[in-house]
Amino acid sequence: MFELLFFSLLNGVVTGLLLFMLASGLTLIFSMMGVLNFAHASFYMLGAYFAYTISTYVGFWPGLILAPILVGLVGAVVERYGLRHVHRWGHVAELIFTFGLAFLIEEVVQFIWGKDTKAYQEPEVLQFALFNFFGQDFPAYKAFMLLISISIFVVLLLILTKSRIGLIIQAAITHPNMTAMLGHNVPLVFMGVFGVGAALAGVAGVIAGPALGTFPGMAVVLGPIVFVIVVVGGLGSLVGAFVASLLIGLLQTFAIALDYSVNDLLMLFNITTDADSALRDLWTLSLPQIAPLLPYLLLVLILIFRPTGLFGKRET
Amino acid sequence: MSNISSAQSAPGSSLFKVFRPWIFLAVLLIILPFIFSSGISVYTMNLMGIFIIFALSYNMLLGQGGMLSFGHAVYFGLGGFMSVHFMNYIEYEIFILPMFLVPIFGGIIGLIFAVIIGSFSTRRAGTVFAMISLGIGELVAASSLIFVAFFGGEEGVSGDRTMGPNVLGFDYATDVEVYYLIAIWAFITIALMYMFSRTPMGRMANAVRDNEERAEFIGYSQRKVRFISFCASGFFAGIAGGLFAINFEIVTEENLNALTSGVVLLMAYIGGVGFFIGPIIGAVVFTLLQTLLSNYTEIWQLYVGVLFVLTVMYAPQGLTGILAMHLPVIRMKRVGPLLMPYLRIGIPTIICLIGLVGLLETVHHVRSMPADQTMMSLAGLEFDTHSVLPWVIMVVFTVVGGFVAKSQAPQFREAWEEAHAPVSSDGGSAK
Amino acid sequence: MTIKSTFVAGAVFATMSAFSVQAADVVKIGFIDPLSGPFASTGTNGLAQYQFAAEELVNKKGGILDGVKFEIVPYDNKISPKESLVQLKRAIGEDVHYIVQGNSSGVANALTDAIKKHNRRNPDSRVLFLNYSAVDPALTNEKCNYWHFRFDANADIKMNALTEVIKVRDDIKKVYLIGQDYSFGKAVAKAAVTFLKQKRPDITIVGNELHPIGKVKDFTPYATKIRASGADAVITGNWGADMVGLGKAIGDTGLDIPIYTYYAANDGITKTIGEGGKDKIRLVHEGPVNPPSTPEYSAYHTAFKAKFPEKDVSQFRIANVIGMLAAAMEKAGSTKPIDVAAQLEGMEFTTLHGENVVMRAEDHQLIQPIHVSVHTNEGITFDSDNSGYGMKTEMSVAAADTALPTTCKMKRPK
Repeated sequence: MFELLFFSLLNGVVTGLLLFMLASGLTLIFSMMGVLNFAHASFYMLGAYFAYTISTYVGFWPGLILAPILVGLVGAVVERYGLRHVHRWGHVAELIFTFGLAFLIEEVVQFIWGKDTKAYQEPEVLQFALFNFFGQDFPAYKAFMLLISISIFVVLLLILTKSRIGLIIQAAITHPNMTAMLGHNVPLVFMGVFGVGAALAGVAGVIAGPALGTFPGMAVVLGPIVFVIVVVGGLGSLVGAFVASLLIGLLQTFAIALDYSVNDLLMLFNITTDADSALRDLWTLSLPQIAPLLPYLLLVLILIFRPTGLFGKRET
Repeated sequence: MSNISSAQSAPGSSLFKVFRPWIFLAVLLIILPFIFSSGISVYTMNLMGIFIIFALSYNMLLGQGGMLSFGHAVYFGLGGFMSVHFMNYIEYEIFILPMFLVPIFGGIIGLIFAVIIGSFSTRRAGTVFAMISLGIGELVAASSLIFVAFFGGEEGVSGDRTMGPNVLGFDYATDVEVYYLIAIWAFITIALMYMFSRTPMGRMANAVRDNEERAEFIGYSQRKVRFISFCASGFFAGIAGGLFAINFEIVTEENLNALTSGVVLLMAYIGGVGFFIGPIIGAVVFTLLQTLLSNYTEIWQLYVGVLFVLTVMYAPQGLTGILAMHLPVIRMKRVGPLLMPYLRIGIPTIICLIGLVGLLETVHHVRSMPADQTMMSLAGLEFDTHSVLPWVIMVVFTVVGGFVAKSQAPQFREAWEEAHAPVSSDGGSAK
Repeated sequence: MTIKSTFVAGAVFATMSAFSVQAADVVKIGFIDPLSGPFASTGTNGLAQYQFAAEELVNKKGGILDGVKFEIVPYDNKISPKESLVQLKRAIGEDVHYIVQGNSSGVANALTDAIKKHNRRNPDSRVLFLNYSAVDPALTNEKCNYWHFRFDANADIKMNALTEVIKVRDDIKKVYLIGQDYSFGKAVAKAAVTFLKQKRPDITIVGNELHPIGKVKDFTPYATKIRASGADAVITGNWGADMVGLGKAIGDTGLDIPIYTYYAANDGITKTIGEGGKDKIRLVHEGPVNPPSTPEYSAYHTAFKAKFPEKDVSQFRIANVIGMLAAAMEKAGSTKPIDVAAQLEGMEFTTLHGENVVMRAEDHQLIQPIHVSVHTNEGITFDSDNSGYGMKTEMSVAAADTALPTTCKMKRPK
């Protein structure tokens, strides 16, 4: 049992931190522009595909650097020529634009790379078991994913709180007009943040591609979950996004690991159920089954009862 | 102004004027299967009818009420599931009920869920509403795979539409019979939704959409107004789901997942959310793209994606908006002078598009076919994808067409503005 | 404006339909399977095999019935039952009377139901359903119908063969069952429980898990759970991306126990598993690949690899579908589904492997020899995914021994 808990904890943290890399960019963009970027997970997918193509020519490591830069550039172009143009039609149009963009990027990816899963592999040097615990291996690549995401969190936090750029960004989040009056180029800041956010998603794609598979549906699988994190964590709160990411990551792995059902709960109280009744699915409902459901339940509850999110100060 | 003028004329003729479009619609719906009688066109029209109702119900939220929903398929899907269960009840003779009444039950379950969900989700509009709808959508879609007894799991639930008492000899064995069933429902629901948009309630929904605060000042609770629109919308979406169940005789998880919610948003937006008939046009265009374009190209979704993004960026009023822009020109009888500029910009644009589409299709062919299959046919032309000439021709088409079209743009804009310039004599009434 | 746009639509219709010309000397075979999404690689690989089989076994020999050729028409169903019915309608509209489908029993259940209804309502345009891979036992038992023919052994038959292997492995005491949460995954789990109880009552089943099909991003939590359960062996029916993910996760956690599978080969799976699965993964299937059976099969395989170097003959039964369909049409002297169905029922056929198979008349289940193979790189003539690894036959069950009783009460048209 301890073994199961230990590895579930590790896996949960790996998943959670991966989600955080997506959520950090999204929450900054969301709080600045007020737009929930539906295409954010698509940048994650682009990161994986770019890195895959680069890796077939020059190997994994250059891809780790180049792919996020490329994705960042794509993001900046999208902001400059897409979002800014649509901005005049209002928030709803912006939201729909990013929604359409997500749809389009998936189609473009299928057009360029095809519909099947790509054989994007982790680098040879990381293909070993880092340690063995109770006879179970922990792959070095997962440790590498942990390392990358933690360092990104630290760097991001330092930039936002300690540097001048970070202060301007924070100012632009809460008081965009005032920041512009003070002579800062707010549109440029917007474009920069959007680009960097996209690049962060790209990094996540580069390192998640080999672990979770590189296929055209990878954005759709992750997209809504990232929304949940941003809303649950609270608008513009990096710490909130961090906590919510870990929460969702752990929630999902532990729900699979702990195989308890409603039936077990009822057994505790000596209640037996009828196996053939129309409600039979309710009695056999087990934690692994409802695992994919939990994040959305959390999302709806948070929106109803605490629209500011766990750590946010403003309403969504 | 127009109300007063019509009240002054004879009541009989005004009544005719009001009902003229409806009579026209009814006649059209009746004769369509005689014009397009092939199996595939009846099938397409059935799908169109269902999507028209679905898209119109969606527009009650987005266009009329200002609520952006990413989970509208929930009501469509639940309506479908309820209806398919009713079809099975009819088959096992638990209920005796003619098949054409089944969509009502779809509508009722849509309404019930809209009441439950709307009671908390319509408190706010904007992003909060959009996010709640997304969360509910994912929640219901995920639970549909868990509660197998009701949703049938991965396989969904199947039914048989030919069961139940035959009324007037219809047993719905053929698609044409189903067409008329859908057409009748479509006619009724379109009329009802149109009337809803004309009621004071419908008008208030517009007011709340445009400015919540002011609407409250005149004594309406914005929340209540949104709630009522939301419930009505859920009801009609459920009816559309019921018709879907009758047409396909199967309902699956897909009917209530995010993809279907996305499709209905796409249809309504491409058609134009600012107009009552916008979603109708959107549904018709989208269904045509889906059923016809997909016969001819594998990458049709890429084209739909491009069309959607271009619509959002450059024509936020949708296709109907583009058509509506021409109304004043037609009314002022100035179509003539616009014709030449249209041809001059249109022909190069079409050439450019032909080149682009050709390039995309050829690239796709080269990548997806086995290496020894280099011959492809495009619009009846056979050519070798590994020879240079077709590529050169397509690139030339794209570049020259694009360049010429761009050079014509200023002249076109000038002609357009000239056609729209108000004439001093009828200045006021042109609006 | 509705009216206007409808008329435009009409014009489009009219021009489009003028293009669809149809020739009488072609039998169109509609291929309804996933060509996009997580299971696209399985679908596209199957499509290539159909195209090759039709070309090689029928068209190259001048066709059947004096020049009638086969044409494979692909329809993408995105693995969804609903989309499959949409595509079925389209196929019927395009004058397709033979439907082949295999991926997902959920889809097959929907199709067999829809085709039964269609044939009842439209006796003049009947359709045959040739199921080449959907192995939910229900399809030839309680849900059987006259228009459905299955060319793959069903989940019970396969599990019967697999458990023959497990029967003699005394070191296996604890078994973990994991599968996809739909009719097929449930059928595999049920069959495993039944046969293990029969053959090895001493084995305990330490886990019986179903996960959502095609939606799991990361199988590591499942692998961790299998490891923690202390299982000596795993049985899974997973296929496509779900098998790749599971195989990879089990490899990553360093789990060193045998895995008994239905579909852990080809379509990128063999390559992904690679060295980590050597002598661990076993597969139950028809058509023995290694060592090569007959010169005819070797020639067929080599020709296929020459045409599709990136793909594999992953589903040999596809050659049987085309071969038996052609033979039935020759025998019937007609390409009408009702005549062909009458010939297919009870038909005896010799495959390229030189094996004798029979389409059992009472439930339309093909009775054929079944083999259990191991994933290895030794003694492999025809590898999978060009990886050097392939499946080597370890044990075979004769056709007659695989036959299990059926509950089917076939209703035949008068």
